[in-house]
Amino acid sequence: MKPIAEGLFRMTEAGPRLIGGRRKRDGKIVFPLPAGAEAAQFDPVELKDRGTLWSFTVQRFRPKSPPYAGDDDERSFRPFALGYVELPGEVIVETRIETDDFAALRIGQPMALTLQPFGKGGDTVTYAFKPA
Amino acid sequence: MTDVHIVGAGIHPFGRHDDLTGLDQGVFALREALADAAIGWEDVQFAFGGSSAAGNADALLPRLGLTGVQFINVANGCATGGSALLAGYWAIKSGEFDLGVVVGFDKHPRGAFNPEPAAWGLPEWYGETGLMLTTQFFGNKIARYMGLHGITPMTLARVAEKAFENGARTPHSWRKQPVDAATILSAQMVSDPLTKFMFCSPAEGGAALILASERKMRALGLAGPRIRGAAVRSRMEGSFEVFAPSLDIVRGPSPTQIASKAAYEMAGVAPDDIDVAQIQDTESGAEIMHMAENGLCADGAQEAMLRDGETRLGGRLPINTDGGCLACGEPIGASGLRQVYENVQQLRGRAAGRQVETARIGYTQVYGAPGLSAVTILEA
Repeated sequence: MKPIAEGLFRMTEAGPRLIGGRRKRDGKIVFPLPAGAEAAQFDPVELKDRGTLWSFTVQRFRPKSPPYAGDDDERSFRPFALGYVELPGEVIVETRIETDDFAALRIGQPMALTLQPFGKGGDTVTYAFKPA
Repeated sequence: MTDVHIVGAGIHPFGRHDDLTGLDQGVFALREALADAAIGWEDVQFAFGGSSAAGNADALLPRLGLTGVQFINVANGCATGGSALLAGYWAIKSGEFDLGVVVGFDKHPRGAFNPEPAAWGLPEWYGETGLMLTTQFFGNKIARYMGLHGITPMTLARVAEKAFENGARTPHSWRKQPVDAATILSAQMVSDPLTKFMFCSPAEGGAALILASERKMRALGLAGPRIRGAAVRSRMEGSFEVFAPSLDIVRGPSPTQIASKAAYEMAGVAPDDIDVAQIQDTESGAEIMHMAENGLCADGAQEAMLRDGETRLGGRLPINTDGGCLACGEPIGASGLRQVYENVQQLRGRAAGRQVETARIGYTQVYGAPGLSAVTILEA
């Protein structure tokens, strides 16, 4: 199992955790942890794996490639939900949402972090949230 | 300090023009504006011009005449036109110049914009996993707003229905076919809750305005609306903008809210004084949210306003009288100036077929990525 990007999330004994950044000067939390020259301004922080749905939409057509790198094509593409999940006291993160029941999504509903296969090879995973 | 007036206005119809470059359309608009003010290119003391995807605006110069005029290219995302106007306003207000032009034109490829993560300072995974689409941002933003303020999908449809209705009455619009709300609502979903008829498309077009000091205007025997307020503002901490992998829990004001407030203060008018408004309607939801962000109504009041036709032609506060971006498309460099062009026509009583009777104060607001907004308030 290979993460889609280094430093995006890590496995812990209690399951996966997203890695955010806490800005040194004011404690503000951002996601993802900034890389490059900006990284010096932030300390890495493991984010909560539970939160509430802040907003959502559904991607109804296959995004343009590049940048999209899904292993589907125009015909096999399946619409997916995505949105924002508020992690209490930390930050609101953008995420793919794991559900087939788009009509049941509601702002404020509890959500939990998960990993899902994504892209080529089958062993690459990205993060997502699912209704909890 | 002098007042600044708009004494001429020109536009190249928006839409698709396969045999014309973006530059051609800018030249057309500028020549129409010069003719409208009955001045020559050699009379122009300065120009601010912008184009996002159709080359340097400065390339207008060989076409119009190499007069040595001060020409400055403006690039400020979707607010390029509004920013050019603000620059022209200050050039005259400062007393340095008394006659100049602002111009914008553009020509975009068909279909959604195709951004690269690196160009936005974002990691590759963000684009790879299908999270980097402007349409998603619009869907997310309006979905939350609807949840918080009780706006229904039918209200989104009514915004688009009004846009196509007004577009059918406007010479410079692209979409001239009315589409009813039921058709809009049941059309193919792009990014929930927004269907394909609720989104504007990239397009082509050009718009130009002639600005003059009050003294110069009188000396030339001209007349035109006075710019009472103009402001450009960028995003603050906690605003929700396109391509944001995370947001602050503590929410802040939008760039539109602060630009709007600054323009009202500068103009010395209140939202109640506005007779006609052109506001950014990249999609139906944007018009709904911008109604409130510009102080034109309370959050949630849009539901009743749209149902009762208050923002239609003939309503209490007509909004996007030329069909806005939904019916005109969005050539980035020209879009903000199109809004001002439309208000100039309204305030001069020249908006045949869509005229707002006795319009005296006109309001425009253009918003765009990566999070800025430009507002102008004109008085007849």
